[in-house]
Amino acid sequence: MKKTMNKTTRNNLINYGIVIALFVIVQILSGTGHLSRLLTGLLVPLCVYTIAAISLNLVVGFSGELSLGHAGFMCVGAYSSALFSHIASDIPQVPRFILAILIGAAVAAVFGVIIGIPVLRLRGDYLAIVTLAFGEIIKNLINILYIGFDENGLHVATSAANLKLAAGGKQILKGALGISGTGALYKDVKHYFFPIGILLVLLTLFIVQNLVNSRSGRAIMATRDNRIAAESVGIDITKFKLLAFTISAALAGVAGVLYAHNLSMLKVSGFDYNMSILILVYVVLGGIGNLRGSMIATIILYALPELLRGFANYRMLIYAIVLIVMMLFNWAPAARNWRARVMEKIRGTKGKKEAA
Amino acid sequence: MAMLEVNHLAIQFGGLRAVDGFNVSIEKGQLYGLIGPNGAGKTTIFNLLTGVYKPTEGIIKLDGQDITGKSTIEINKAGIARTFQNIRLFKDMPVLDNVKVGLHNHHAYSTLTGILRLPKYYKVEKEMNEKAMEILKVFDLDKEADTLAGNLPYGKQRKLEIARALATNPKLLLLDEPAAGMNPNETQELMDTIRFVQKHFDMTTLLIEHDMKLVGGICEEVTVLNFGQVLAQGETQKVLKDPAVVTAYLGE
Repeated sequence: MKKTMNKTTRNNLINYGIVIALFVIVQILSGTGHLSRLLTGLLVPLCVYTIAAISLNLVVGFSGELSLGHAGFMCVGAYSSALFSHIASDIPQVPRFILAILIGAAVAAVFGVIIGIPVLRLRGDYLAIVTLAFGEIIKNLINILYIGFDENGLHVATSAANLKLAAGGKQILKGALGISGTGALYKDVKHYFFPIGILLVLLTLFIVQNLVNSRSGRAIMATRDNRIAAESVGIDITKFKLLAFTISAALAGVAGVLYAHNLSMLKVSGFDYNMSILILVYVVLGGIGNLRGSMIATIILYALPELLRGFANYRMLIYAIVLIVMMLFNWAPAARNWRARVMEKIRGTKGKKEAA
Repeated sequence: MAMLEVNHLAIQFGGLRAVDGFNVSIEKGQLYGLIGPNGAGKTTIFNLLTGVYKPTEGIIKLDGQDITGKSTIEINKAGIARTFQNIRLFKDMPVLDNVKVGLHNHHAYSTLTGILRLPKYYKVEKEMNEKAMEILKVFDLDKEADTLAGNLPYGKQRKLEIARALATNPKLLLLDEPAAGMNPNETQELMDTIRFVQKHFDMTTLLIEHDMKLVGGICEEVTVLNFGQVLAQGETQKVLKDPAVVTAYLGE
């Protein structure tokens, strides 16, 4: 009994350790000038996608529901926080950025509840389709939205002409053109987006890991494994499905905040279903219900296409091969058995050393 | 007062009256059997008692409290726990966690306490672990606490289901064919366990079973069901010799 507790705690600590170690390595590389501009540009998006993958794993892996609308929640978080950053531009940068993160998370969580209540009545493919539709609806809604700000307050319209801003008013959201210059609002904080991103990854890990290993987490997994049995022992299925969905949405919102503030031009076209599928690919290939797998898969699969630019036409071919190899490595029975044997061997030699 | 009191229970599925005019009264601490040929409506009665189906007619009282038409969750909180004919464990969770899910409503802390790992988390988790191990020990499953429930051998999975049901601290335990698929040795062992649970936890138990040896061995009273209606009711040995019962089971 004590051993299991130690094992999960150790696993959780290893996950934090991996994140911190990667951060240190990157810092050393960039300090010694070994990091190319291309790679430096990838760091913050990597944090964004890692947070998104971990949070999606909460729904797909632990709650057992296939959600295809994760980009939708990121989108909500991104736009709400970017709007806030523009409107509240007189607040000092550091507290403003913290508030922006909280607002992005809160708005995404609200959407999580609103979408979750009807959607979680559905199962399997139906749930996947409705969440996919949600992502698209959000995207198209923001695409036609114009938001401006003047001394009379906030103006919302569906075209620039209808905004009717007073003189000196500022147009923030320009429909399909999106929001520009959000990053420029944070001149001092901007250089620290990567460390902030790492902190947010750690925070996401902290929330998801602690949730999963608690009473509520067990209820969430029980609901996944067997609905009828979970009800028979008095577990409110809807409540715990909604809890997982909402927390996942809020964390996706946080990923969205980081994404929005790292770009000079926030366009809604980036949040299409391709993005949702991409995040799902990270989760599935990393191993459903395996947080460390999600992180590693995100790092490899996100960085790969960029690093392979030199191969020009063969880029997508190599990417596809890596996808297939990872899938086999994680899911093929023969590969899993081989991994189990190797792990056993490593443990065995370790045990002997400890005994000696 | 009886622990379970059922009056004129009936349910209609379209043109089929799956259960009709079912009456039963089970005293506290009793081990009661529910038997009958396949399709007689035994599991339907379990589903009615646990709120999976809502009865068309009739009243169900648990320990004097009317629980007719309540939801499964409310009924579990009121004190009925069950096992399933086709095992329904939380397969991808360890044995220990299966029992801890059963303890969910009795050892509570909030989600936020769990995420922030406040002192209450450690205190309640420790209580839960101790309680869960205590229950597992009764079923001789304490050595397998870390095993995934889905990897347990069949007989142990059946036992774990009973352990999980007991963790919800019920007044009435419903066992749906606990000995199905077990060999004679395992069945014997299970009988001992059920008797032990009855004494140790002062449990009232209603069980569905096909294995006549098991029913005759441990049930004080039985009800025989046929085509949704009560065929015979009373002291086990007498009922099992009833010609009508023999006919229903073995044919003319």
